Order: sequence, then C-alpha cells, then structure tokens
Amino acid sequence: MQIQVRILRYNPEKDSKPFYQDFTLPDVSPDWRLLDVLHEIKWKYDGTLTFRRSCAHGICGSDGMKVNGKNRLACSILLKDLNMNNPILIEPLPAMPIIKDLVVDMTGFFQKYEVVKPYLITKTPPPSDHERLQSNEDAEKLFESAKCILCGCCTSSCPSTWTNENYIGPAALLKAYRFVFDTRDEGADERLDIIDNPDGIWRCHTIFNCIETCPKEINITWHLSQLKKRISTREM
Amino acid sequence: MSIIKTFDVVIIGAGGAGLRAAVEIPKEYSCAVLSKVFPPRSHTGTAQGGVCAALGNMEEDSPENHVFDTIKGSDYLGDQDKIEIMCYDAVRAIIELEHMGLPFSRNAEGKIAQRKFGGHTKPVDPNEPFGKRVPVDRACYSADRTGHVMLQTLYENCIKNSVNFFSEYFVTEIIIENGICKGVVAFDISTGEIIIFHSKVVMVATGGYGRVYRITSNAHVGTGDGTALIYNAGLPLEDMEFYQFHPTGLWRLGILVSEAARGEGGILKNKDGERFMARYAPSVMDLAPRDMVSRAIITEIREGRGIKGSDGTDYVFLDVSHLGKKIIDEKLPEITGFARTYLGVEPTKEPIPIQPTAHYAMGGIPTNENCEVFLNETGDIVKGLYAAGECACVSVHGANRLGTNSLLDLVVFGRRGGKAINKFLQSVELSGINRDAADKSKYAMQNILEKSGNEKVYAIRTELQESMMDFCGIFRNENDLKKMVDKIKELKEKYKNISVQDKGKIFNTDLVEALELDNLISNAESTVYGALNRKESRGAHDREDFPARDDVNWLKHTFISKNGGQEPVIKYKPVTITKYQPMERKY
Ligand SMILES: Cc1cc2nc3c(=O)[nH]c(=O)nc-3n(C[C@H](O)[C@H](O)[C@H](O)COP(=O)(O)OP(=O)(O)OC[C@H]3O[C@@H](n4cnc5c(N)ncnc54)[C@H](O)[C@@H]3O)c2cc1C
Ligand code: SF4
Ligand code: SF4
Ligand code: FES
Repeated sequence: MQIQVRILRYNPEKDSKPFYQDFTLPDVSPDWRLLDVLHEIKWKYDGTLTFRRSCAHGICGSDGMKVNGKNRLACSILLKDLNMNNPILIEPLPAMPIIKDLVVDMTGFFQKYEVVKPYLITKTPPPSDHERLQSNEDAEKLFESAKCILCGCCTSSCPSTWTNENYIGPAALLKAYRFVFDTRDEGADERLDIIDNPDGIWRCHTIFNCIETCPKEINITWHLSQLKKRISTREM
Repeated sequence: MSIIKTFDVVIIGAGGAGLRAAVEIPKEYSCAVLSKVFPPRSHTGTAQGGVCAALGNMEEDSPENHVFDTIKGSDYLGDQDKIEIMCYDAVRAIIELEHMGLPFSRNAEGKIAQRKFGGHTKPVDPNEPFGKRVPVDRACYSADRTGHVMLQTLYENCIKNSVNFFSEYFVTEIIIENGICKGVVAFDISTGEIIIFHSKVVMVATGGYGRVYRITSNAHVGTGDGTALIYNAGLPLEDMEFYQFHPTGLWRLGILVSEAARGEGGILKNKDGERFMARYAPSVMDLAPRDMVSRAIITEIREGRGIKGSDGTDYVFLDVSHLGKKIIDEKLPEITGFARTYLGVEPTKEPIPIQPTAHYAMGGIPTNENCEVFLNETGDIVKGLYAAGECACVSVHGANRLGTNSLLDLVVFGRRGGKAINKFLQSVELSGINRDAADKSKYAMQNILEKSGNEKVYAIRTELQESMMDFCGIFRNENDLKKMVDKIKELKEKYKNISVQDKGKIFNTDLVEALELDNLISNAESTVYGALNRKESRGAHDREDFPARDDVNWLKHTFISKNGGQEPVIKYKPVTITKYQPMERKY
C-alpha cells in the first residue's frame, strides 16, 4: 500500500528553522513498524534523515518521537494501528532542544535522572556470603517502575515540564519510587528530601499525559501518588 | 592536528561488560567510558531470560554441574580452566549483583528465584556424573527483563561512582604500536569532531555482530565494531566460525523469544502439532542446547513439516498457551507482548510462529583469564589492551554457548578485567603518542564523505546479510562457503564505490552506517574463512560435508588474522582440558 509521511526536519548546518517535509512511499506493508518506514526513507530516498534507534523492539528507549501528536517509540507502532487518512505526522520529542531532525538533546533529561540518586543506598552491610532476602511480593512492587527504558516520552509530554523547565519530571520521579520502595534501600529520606519541593513532586498535578504516552504502559501517576503519600506520612 | 584527551583507562562500550569493568576502576585513576549509544541503550538491556549460577535456591545444584554442562554445551571446545573460573565465581557474582541493587524475582524464602534453561542439568544420581541428567533450576531472573535490570543496575552503580561517560562517541580505531596499546581514535557523533583518547589502558567491550545476518535478535548497533577494529589492526581473532543461531526468534523479524519460554514449560511443535524435539533429544527435549534445537527446526522445515508463512518463508510453532495466563503474565510478560505487538498473536490462546535467529558470537578477541588480549596463538599479550564480553573469546563458550552464560561472562570477566587493569596501572607509565595518530581515521571518514560512487550502503549491507543467511548460516558446506568468500570480495570492491548523502558534521548517521558496514564486512570475512577452513561439525558450526566432530584434527582453536591484501592466515591454539575428556554429546 501507499502511504504519506510528514516529518519535521531541521539541520542546524543548513536550515535557519525547522520545516515539514512530505514523503510518499508507494509500497509498504501494514505490518511494518514506523521505524521500518523511517529506515525505508533513509535508505532509499533521503540519507540525511536523522533519528536514533537500536533494538527495534521497544526495549532500548532510543526512538521516542511524536507521532500524530502523541509521544511514542517508532519501533513499537505498526502502520496498521495508525490513522492513515492523513499523512503520518512525525516530529521530535517536544520540550527538548533539537540536535538534528528527530534527534533531541537529552542531557537535561539524564541530569534530572541523576538528581534523585538512582542507585541503591545502604548503610547496613549486606550478608557476606548470600543475597539480601526480599519477598517476591516486595520485589514485584518494584518491577513496574523498573520496566522504565528512559525513553523520555513521559517527561516531554508533561505540561508541568513545558511550563517549568526545572520540574524534575515523571521519569526521574518514577526512578525515585523504584528505590524509595525497595525494602533493601536505606536512602529514602535523602531522596524524599530531594523531591519534596516545589520543583519536585508537587509540580505534578496529575494531568495523566505521561501515562497515556508511556510505551511500557507504566502507571506513572500511581507510583507518583505513592511517593506523595510517603512524603505526607513522613511529615506527620 | 586533533584534540587529544588523556586518561589512565579508556573502556569502549557501556554494555554489561564495559560497565562492570568501569565499576572496578578506583577513583584515583581517570577512566573514560565511550559508547556509540547512551549506556542504558546498550544491547545488554535486551537480554531476557536470566543469568546463571549454581545457587541451589530451588533445588540441590553445584558449580561442578555447571562446569560440566558448559563444557559439554561448548562441544568440548571451551577452555576448561576458564570455564572452571567462571562457574565457580558465578555464585559470588550473582550475589554481588543483588547487593548492588538488582531487583531479582524471589522464591518463597525470599532468595533469588531460579528457573530452567537449555543445557543446564544435573545428574539424577550425584555419584554418577556421567549418568542420566535432568534439567535444573539455575537461571536467576527478574521476570523476563534480566538484562534490562542488570544494565540499569550497573549503570546506576557507575553514576554512584561518578564514572566519566562519553555517550554517542564512535570509536574508529584502536591505536596499537609495536605490541603496545596507546589509546583510541573516536568521533563525537553530535559534532563530528575527531578526538584522540590517549591512555595507558584500553578495554574493548563492544558486543556482538549479529547484524551480519538478515534475521537476527541483535540491535541495529550490533555490528561488532570492536572485533573488526582488532582484526583490521592486524591482530588475530579466535573461533569466529562459531556463530550461534537461537532457535526461537519471532518469524520474519528475528526478535528474540527467550529460552525462558521453554524453561517455564513452552513446547515446540511442527505443522502436525507434534512435539518434534522428542525425536532429537529424548531426555531434555525442548531444553536441548541451542545449536541442536536450531538444527532440528531447520530439519523439520526442510522435510516439509514447517508452516508456510504469507511471504513464502517457513516457521514452526512455540506454544506456551497451556501455561495459563497467570504464569505468562507474571513470568513472560515482555516476550509475549512482542508476539502480540509485532505478529498480532495472542500467546495465551495460540502458538507463536518462530524461526531460528542469529544471536551470539562465541568467537572474538582472544584473551586470557584476566582479559588481556593475545598478540598471537603462542600466548604473548598486547600491553595495555583488554577485552571482555561478547566481543571477547576467553574461551568459555567454545563451539556453542549455553543460555544465561553470557550475562554471567560479562560480570565475571568484566570484573576480572577491571581488577587486572588496576594492577597493571600501578606499574605503567603513559607512553608517547604521535600527534597524527588520528590521521588515518580522519582520511577514511573524509574519503567516505567526499566519494560520489553509485554504490549504496544499504544495498551492500542487505546483500551481505542475505548471503550470510544463505551461505554461512546454520548448515554450511564447502560450495556455499566458497560462494560467500567470493561475495565478500565482491562487496569489498563495491564498498570502495559507496557514497553517502549526508555530508554534514552534526549527527551524521549516514556516515556511522557506512563505517559500521565496513566493520560488518570484516566480521563476515573472519567468520567465513574460519568456517571454510574448519572441516568438521562441532557445536554451532555444522558442515554438511563433514557431519562428524573430529577431535583428532580439530580439537583446537582457530586464530585468524589479516594478511595485507592476501587471504587471511589461520593458526591454531590447543584447547585446555582439565578434567573432562571429550565424549559424544547426546541429550
Ligand atoms: C535479545 C537477546 C537476549 C539475550 N538474552 C540473554 C540472556 O537471557 N542471558 C544471557 O546470558 N545472555 C543473553 N543474551 C546475550 C547477551 O545479552 C549479550 O551477549 C551481552 O549482553 C553482550 O554484552 P556486552 O557488554 O558484551 O555488549 P553490549 O551490551 O552489546 O554493549 C556493547 C557496547 O559497546 C558500544 N560500542 C560498540 N561499538 C562501538 C564503537 N564503535 N564506538 C563506541 N562504542 C561502541 C555500544 O555502544 C555498547 O555500549 C541475549 C542477547 C540478545 C540479543
Ligand atoms: S501526571 Fe504529573 S508527571 Fe504526569 S504528565 Fe501530569 S503533571 Fe506531568
Ligand atoms: S516512564 Fe515510560 S515514558 Fe517515561 S521514560 Fe520510562 S518508559 Fe519512557
Ligand atoms: S529502537 Fe529500541 S526502543 Fe525503539
């Protein structure tokens, strides 16, 4: 089948500002991933088209982009699941500086992630010759948050991020949850101190954009609400 | 003249092996980790099923069982002293990962949960190690995202240690002069700037090269740059002919469906619904090692018992539907999700169409047990050069790797490499480097950008991948391999006439793909020549014209190296055997 694609292009070496370019692909299959379409364009039509990708099956987090108005992974959408009446609109993730075409600068995103101390903090030394014990139930409480592939789709879809660039954002907060609720961790207080401020968790007004966009279907706001509860009980 | 940055240690690669080594380098040494993708995007994150150690958390098990399985799995080509090191260190390594914060699934006592995986067994009677063996719960896991959480955990520990990352830097050359490694040349993908990283030590941890095949479980970035750079630097590569096809890739796409699916009780079926593995491996059936299962699937298809897909290619079924929705959702959520998303198949109700997929390089950069890279087959080493992970060949996997042994290899040898580097740094000075050390890379890149030939990177790569599938895949023979040798010569000529459309400096992925293609062709070359040369069938290397294993002539490692413009040279290194004399490999 034939499809139309409209892509936001920007090459800082040539273009004064971003512009839309249309491509018509005469022969694609509805089973194709959107990533296959981008490759088709890059390999057969325009080698300058620039995007990140690696795993091609939704696990490395490279190819977050805005597709028909919603942040998604290009490798995790099939053409048959998209509305084909209009050209497929592909833009870079919003609220991050564009480096070139669909590649955005994620430096700020990773800095915020590092702020929440994304590693196990312990004071008690672990047992010398075996693992720490944890019930499977407690372990599973972490799994949904540990699924996060740091694609940035959530944070760049969050209206609070758009209006306040200091907001730490859902992905970093989700990471805070991952450790605060780990029964093995002893750094909850340090971490809660970091996120318990106006640019921290309280900027989240539960607008749910993040959940709608997360390609790993993580219920981000539920996790954030657990953090909010934890902070409130800590203060009491 | 290029910018020069100086470090004590440069690690190329931020997958499991590179990160585990980085964690080991103490703060008093400066260490740079270079990666062509952001560290958490590295391929280790796609690993699903597990990482093994004889913890014995679910049932009685022992490291010696693990040693024997790994040796037998390797079809006796693995070096037994190295295998002992890995399997005996496994328990400590897994516990260490837990202590670092890895969120494992747990058993009823709150210990790390374990499950079955292909080729991991124990004797029914502990006093009869060579008697009947049955599958054992040895793979430690976190649902089916083991590699993902392992990569996350190691990355987190690097952040904790303030490791210096250079993300989206592409290494184009490893600088080796007179047997001494002096650093690397890399370019910053986001600016195009070429930089010399001058260092006392370089560790190569660049992962595998599955992208030489059309159907593969490997990421697009899995182009084996490190093995190719070493080969192009004139150093030998070991056992490159041993390339593993995983039996269960999603049909058409190659996306992996982990062995965990069979470990949890999934069954392979042909078009008649028959559990065909019962004919090929009566005792362990679907949990036979990968080389055997892949061959069984292709045999079923060749004999007309596959299912023909819409595009004319064939597949067989992997059925997990009888496990029930609860187990599937709890233990195999990710992989069954792939079947749903990409093939529109509902695994709780219907079988999944699968075909073997190119998966893992057993061969690679030859190293000793401390990850020091060999200069030759006689055991001299390159000073300051280390390698670990899938790009290296210790050799612990021999002719066929067992599932879950790779993630283990990364953490055991990543750590050992890190420790050896620390020791080496105590006595070594930074050696001098030529200011023009980057010129070769610079010209090569300029040349690609300026060329106006009419060959396309995409077309050459596709031709390479298709012909590797056809001529150097699961079953091989002299005729096909010779065709592949000719094909490589032809593609090398074509490569000289490529042009790229993107001529810019900033984030030029067109250029990156061209450089990666060059590396793929080199890796295909060492693989094919090795395969043509080895006249026997062992593990993943199956020669239809030499169907038997030949221990008299071929119980030895291949060391292949480039020879100017001539055909590559092949030399040999003996296999180390400690306790287990080669036996017939039956399951
Ligand atoms: C789908 C899948 C599932 C798997 N499941 C399992 C499993 O369950 N258990 C198991 O034990 N094994 C499994 N394996 C195998 C295992 O995951 C890999 O062998 C292992 O992760 C490789 O790790 P690595 O650190 O060597 O390399 P990688 O993780 O591939 O990392 C390579 C690094 O090198 C960098 N790099 C490469 N080239 C360059 C360059 N030119 N310049 C700069 N940087 C560069 C990359 O950016 C990356 O950071 C699986 C493999 C696949 C493909
Ligand atoms: S729920 Fe919170 S984090 Fe998510 S989009 Fe809304 S404000 Fe942002
Ligand atoms: S929470 Fe979801 S959307 Fe956000 S970074 Fe993680 S995977 Fe991406
Ligand atoms: S390419 Fe890895 S998530 Fe899409």
